[in-house]
Amino acid sequence: MKSSVITFPGSNCDRDMDVALKKFGFKNEMVWHDDNELPKSDLVVLPGGFSYGDYLRCGSMAAKSKIMQSVINFAKSGGLVMGICNGFQILVEAGLVPGVLLRNKYLEFICKNVFVKINNKDNPYFKNSDKDVFEFHIAHNEGNYFCTNDQLKEIEDNNQVAIYYCSNNGKTEETFNPNGSLNNIAGIFNKEKNVLGMMPHPERMIDKSLSGEDGSLFFKNLINNIK
Amino acid sequence: MEVNEKIALDHGLKTEEYKKICDLLERTPNLTELGIFSAMWNEHCSYKSSRLHLKKLPTKGKKVIQGPGENAGVIDIEDGDAIVFKIESHNHPSFIEPYQGAATGVGGIMRDVFTMGARPIANLNSIHFGSPQHKKTKNLLRGVVHGIGGYGNCMGVPTIAGQTSFDSSYNGNILVNAMTLGLVKKNKIFYSKAAGLNKPVIYVGSKTGRDGIHGASMASASFDEKIEEKKPTVQVGDPFTEKLLLEACLELMAGDSIIAIQDMGAAGLTSSSIEMASKGNLGIEINLNKVPCRETKMTPYEIMLSESQERMLIVLENGKEEKAKKIFDKWNLDFAVIGKTTNSKNIELFFDNERVANIPVNTLVENSPMYNRKWKKSKPPKKNKIKKETLNKLKIKDVLKKVLSNQNICSKEWIWQQYDHTVMGDTIQKPGGDSGVVRIHGTNKAVAASVDSSAVYCWAHPLTGGKQIVAESWRNLISVGAKPIAITNCLNFGSPENEDNMGEFVECVQGIGEASKYLNFPVVSGNVSFYNQTKDVGIKPTPSIGGVGLIIDYKKMVTMDFKEKDNLVLAIGKTEGHIDQSLFARSILDEKNGPPPEVNLFNEKNNGETLLHIIENDYIKSAHDISLGGLLTAVSKMCIKGNKGIKFKKFKNFINEIEYFFSEDQGRYIIEIKPEDLKKVRNILDKNSVHHEEIGTIIDNEMIINEKTKVTIDELRSYNTNWLNEYMK
Repeated sequence: MKSSVITFPGSNCDRDMDVALKKFGFKNEMVWHDDNELPKSDLVVLPGGFSYGDYLRCGSMAAKSKIMQSVINFAKSGGLVMGICNGFQILVEAGLVPGVLLRNKYLEFICKNVFVKINNKDNPYFKNSDKDVFEFHIAHNEGNYFCTNDQLKEIEDNNQVAIYYCSNNGKTEETFNPNGSLNNIAGIFNKEKNVLGMMPHPERMIDKSLSGEDGSLFFKNLINNIK
Repeated sequence: MEVNEKIALDHGLKTEEYKKICDLLERTPNLTELGIFSAMWNEHCSYKSSRLHLKKLPTKGKKVIQGPGENAGVIDIEDGDAIVFKIESHNHPSFIEPYQGAATGVGGIMRDVFTMGARPIANLNSIHFGSPQHKKTKNLLRGVVHGIGGYGNCMGVPTIAGQTSFDSSYNGNILVNAMTLGLVKKNKIFYSKAAGLNKPVIYVGSKTGRDGIHGASMASASFDEKIEEKKPTVQVGDPFTEKLLLEACLELMAGDSIIAIQDMGAAGLTSSSIEMASKGNLGIEINLNKVPCRETKMTPYEIMLSESQERMLIVLENGKEEKAKKIFDKWNLDFAVIGKTTNSKNIELFFDNERVANIPVNTLVENSPMYNRKWKKSKPPKKNKIKKETLNKLKIKDVLKKVLSNQNICSKEWIWQQYDHTVMGDTIQKPGGDSGVVRIHGTNKAVAASVDSSAVYCWAHPLTGGKQIVAESWRNLISVGAKPIAITNCLNFGSPENEDNMGEFVECVQGIGEASKYLNFPVVSGNVSFYNQTKDVGIKPTPSIGGVGLIIDYKKMVTMDFKEKDNLVLAIGKTEGHIDQSLFARSILDEKNGPPPEVNLFNEKNNGETLLHIIENDYIKSAHDISLGGLLTAVSKMCIKGNKGIKFKKFKNFINEIEYFFSEDQGRYIIEIKPEDLKKVRNILDKNSVHHEEIGTIIDNEMIINEKTKVTIDELRSYNTNWLNEYMK
């Protein structure tokens, strides 16, 4: 399985993602933002970080970089594109998934473990997952998902919510929402479910010495699903 | 403008210093030259009051690759790997503008580390604020935390440990000390010593603006009511550019183009160019028209004194300019050949085809002033007599609640949750433990780091205080199973021109030196920050010690959370009941006098090394050093972290129960072992003559202190976590 991780100026989880993908069997290639063409890939990942410093709206500059046209074409043709954290913000800005990501409700960067509940398993990312609730790690300042009522209705009607913030046993209540996101939304798909944007970082949980191992489950499952 | 004595005094120089400049040059300097002298000769850059004393610190050791004098210290961690590390202060700017002050402090220290070719792998910080009741404290705390996070998070370097304290002596002068560890291959370390003639001098990074002019001079003076006017001297940080600069520099460093490299930190282009020339015993010629500027019509004076961030100066091999430029173009950074090395041994500056400055390099460096300041020896304070009745009146549970919720003991999660502490995927011990620990990527090794200070002890008796911090740093590394290697120090004091403050400095340094020598824990880098005072009042003496240790097999790392029911809990080291200067005495009895606990270096070394030996044999399930707040505080934190309780054994010590639980005797640890290992562990401890006692057994979810006193773990946790969260609401 071949994967590509895009490095934008200011990406800082690109190496971590590269390490994770390789650990679970992907043949990964790093792709420079200024390139025109994606290499042949089964999965394209937009990693976390602060692309272009996030000085304008998060992700907005990166969404206009050269490589993104190729990423958009790849997504439109059904290719798997996953955006993590800043990658999610870039996907939103590129219009590949609906909605926006606002500043966290309490106006502070949050770095901690959270629980997320899988809402939809009928897709290549979560299909065959044994678990319904993952312990993941978040580290962001702008993860407060928001969209209009009409968009929300459409997202829910199409079953586009990927994961919700929840308790350790899957309760999706406001108390377990770390950043004020609408309805506890932590990650969403595009209509076709080949594009996934999410705030949590599974690549930081691939080893029991780290924050946990649920990231390993996610990646193992992912590679099995697209084999 | 004609330079005269008054202008020199306005630049922070003293009359005799101005005379010395005129004598050295054999003429009156022009304004640009005067600015350069003032930047090089201020306290921050010249260490003129501290040099004499810093020389006495032990700086050598088997594992030391580079001691003080470079951008950062370097230690050997085997297999061809080395760790580059340093701590630095950014106190003055952080008080004036907390976000930018703290952010650029973090940016500056990371630059010091990657200048040497090392990729930063961990950040730490030690931050100190005024009384929580003081009107500025909350905003300063919030601003500093946002600034540290804003810079470090964007750089993608995890912030793995730190220390925060509150004390009214910081009301008008907060402290922000930032530390960075970087990883480098031993044979790929870069230094700042220029070599060779006619080598191109290259400027890379951000453009130069008018920000931070005279920043280092500002940091070399006391504050008064007009401090707000100094805002323009605070630099503005751009972590995004620094991230690009980091990647570009490391890319260039992978090749063989660089002869010398130096970041532009305090005193910007001035100190970086002079330092490179001075170390190489060369001259340097710069055409200031070639310096990339952000603003129009910048004068030579402004260009030389700007402290704009995210800039580097490089001496390249001839003919490598094109190759190097390509890398910086790729990362969208400025790259300009601005000069060359010469054999004149002078720094010569040209602007609009005119020579605007010409100063012999040695006058700026070797001939810089050095003072043997007067200092007062401190007297050892008399021990307090605390009445038994006073102690007997107190209920342990009430005291414990107050101690655990004290601002200097309570959980600092509100702070470190705002720092990305997991990026780079190698953080195996997060903030909140004795040390932060990161793996050396792709190996079984890990490095542990801790940052400590004990201003109260240093204030009560500087010599003992100085020793104590080094010992505490040592214990914090041992507690996670790391072998301590070396330290970096950030010495925060009041005015060196005040004999009491200077005395505190001299004796703290002496204490640090004695302890680091005895523990074979040398000082490899550091920084001095004087003039942390407003008008005539200085801060409590606050040296911060950053310690670094190595764990050969990261799977043997120890954490402080209690692990398993029925395991035994032992206290290592003797509890004598020293209450003076303890958090208990100061905050509950309101007793501020008396000596700090004594530091017995033999015990520190012996207890620590023995414990490390027991850890290597896999007998330790959890460990924590006993420091601020005493034994019961240490045990409480282990309970909270592990979500387990403890049943204390019946108390049979001859000292009072309160003294036993809250005294701050040094050289102590709490450890958890399996009951079946007791004999073996005892054997090792006895054989090494390490004092130890079994204090209790781990149980489910309460702490049973005696027949009358029980506390649930949830109660302990709420005592410990609520204060800061409530305060910052």
